[in-house]
Amino acid sequence: MTSKSKTPAQTPLLEVRNLQTGFKIDKQYYNAVEGVSFTIDRKQIVGIVGESGCGKSVMSLSIMHLLPKGIGKVRGGEILFEGTDIVGYNEKKMNNIRGKDISMIFQEPMTSLNPVFTIGFQIAEVLLNHQDITKSEARAKAVTLLKNVGIPRADQIVNEYPHQLSGGMRQRVMIAMAIACQPKLLIADEPTTALDVTVQAQILDLLKNIQEVNDMSIMLITHDLGVVAEICDVVLVMYAGKIVERATVEDLFEYPQHPYTQLLMEAIPKMEEEKERLATIEGLVPSVKDMPEVGCRFANRCPKAMPECMQITPQLEDTKGGHEVACLLYEESWPREERVGAR
Amino acid sequence: MTTKELAEKGKPGQERENLLEVKNLKTYYPIHGGFFKRVVGNVKAVDDISFTIKKGETMGLVGESGCGKSTTGRTILRLIKPTGGQIIFDGEDITKISGTRLRKARQDFQMVFQDPYASLNPMQMVGDIISEPIKNFERRDKKELEEFVKSLLVRVGLPETAYYKYAHEFSGGQRQRIGIARALALNPKLIIADEPVSALDVSVQSQVLNLLKDLQEEFDLTYLFIAHDLSVVKHMSDTIGVMYLGNLVEVASNKDLYSEPLHPYTQALISAIPEPDPKLRKERIVLQGDVPSPANPPTGCPFHTRCPMAQEICSQEKPPLKEVRPGHHVACVLY
Repeated sequence: MTSKSKTPAQTPLLEVRNLQTGFKIDKQYYNAVEGVSFTIDRKQIVGIVGESGCGKSVMSLSIMHLLPKGIGKVRGGEILFEGTDIVGYNEKKMNNIRGKDISMIFQEPMTSLNPVFTIGFQIAEVLLNHQDITKSEARAKAVTLLKNVGIPRADQIVNEYPHQLSGGMRQRVMIAMAIACQPKLLIADEPTTALDVTVQAQILDLLKNIQEVNDMSIMLITHDLGVVAEICDVVLVMYAGKIVERATVEDLFEYPQHPYTQLLMEAIPKMEEEKERLATIEGLVPSVKDMPEVGCRFANRCPKAMPECMQITPQLEDTKGGHEVACLLYEESWPREERVGAR
Repeated sequence: MTTKELAEKGKPGQERENLLEVKNLKTYYPIHGGFFKRVVGNVKAVDDISFTIKKGETMGLVGESGCGKSTTGRTILRLIKPTGGQIIFDGEDITKISGTRLRKARQDFQMVFQDPYASLNPMQMVGDIISEPIKNFERRDKKELEEFVKSLLVRVGLPETAYYKYAHEFSGGQRQRIGIARALALNPKLIIADEPVSALDVSVQSQVLNLLKDLQEEFDLTYLFIAHDLSVVKHMSDTIGVMYLGNLVEVASNKDLYSEPLHPYTQALISAIPEPDPKLRKERIVLQGDVPSPANPPTGCPFHTRCPMAQEICSQEKPPLKEVRPGHHVACVLY
């Protein structure tokens, strides 16, 4: 950290405290995100992993105030961006933040661009909304941005429409739009899932570069542990709307502690090892409508589950040097040999 | 060690026979244009590829989207008419057959599709979805058929009661199991699995992959396994073919391909996979640009526009696929 950014460095860039996001089904709210707390520091890349339906995307949409109106709602908790709670912000205040301080890229580069406007127009729109510049300045800046994200013939592409570009190129355009105002936080929701591996490698490289150049933080949502290992600093593992493990990327892959994380890692076929069978996780993520009230939410699928797991809700606790896990096997009060056995 | 390997060990010198032989297969899609919608060009989706699959083995096809791997699978099933070449299945040339003969032949090769949501009829009961292929070919007693379908459901890991349910009542992984049961219904010899797990979560993906492996041993199935995920293909296959722009650029055994990839494209592809291990953050070969359009492919080697080792000759001559080491074929001037 340089000296000039010392004061704001005291507060983390983003702090989420006990966030609860619910969806209305049959006139009743069910929580898809249940009491999630975490922080993202400046210049940090935080990965959020989990299976589909575990609440990763809902969490990011809650931060951006992009939940479907009338159906999804933040029902509790705080989202502190640079120390100020933005949960209660109205649309006008959020418009000042979105795109300028926090921006987002989505999984589907095919559908997140507007098909009837040129690429240049769409990038310039962001700039004109947040900065006091003229149209021609915005346009020139759009060309520079396109060049920065590695688009060839940027001065021609700027006049083209999204359908004229390939998937990887569209994702680059999305990134150009997202970083147009040099946001402090970029939320990337499965940014490479729809892309081929060679293009994925290009996009990951690009994200990493931009993160370093712009001193930006990234919240990367993905289901691909390979992508996480590649670029993240800190990883949060989510299951059924809760964080079950939080660790630095090295710690997580070296000593995965939660049984869910362990299974997730053994389930992927790896290049360097020969394995006849892969680990599986029996059963399914419980639906939001019938989440267990007490107890661990993974208990019914967990191979290490004990009778206590159904009665005691495990809390996220520090097991060693910042490695946090929510599992009874690691609770201090639990017999020592059991805990060793779990690792 | 698998029973398959044991069986092979027990019979030394006995080669498994070829189940599928593909020779110089070409599939072109015509591009229509102009006033009379004349053919103005061709998309060479599959451009002269040859490979063989032995009985009871798995051949994997990998490549990026648009490289023609799905078209290859569909052409072998004769869902698309081949433009040229030969498909020899179990000793019979099925390239040109039609009508009743084709229908009969199709009992022996079945397909598992990528999208478990779109490939099952939402209006049919699961029991009907699975028994339909059987009803097409043979008359069976109603009760007996129902029993058989239920036993198939149990075999793929679903409860018998699934028979009376509809596809929408199942999760993605369960639907893929239904698709597998349907493919198994006619007791086929070859199953073409086109990206069977790419729409699934990792935990579910591993269940489906394990199931496919178990079924292969139990029914002595042969698979053509098409996927874009190299680690999945490696886990499943005995031989692997790498496709680029409608061409097979490298064919090798599972082990050789990963320990010693020869074609620059294969090397880049393998190096691009993010490894789930932060200690292995490596210097990757990052390919620049995108796959060129197959409607207007580059002259010479199709990969020369993105190849880090391209020479002058690469843009002029298309290198043929040759065997450079025993069982290791590659199409590149470097070898």
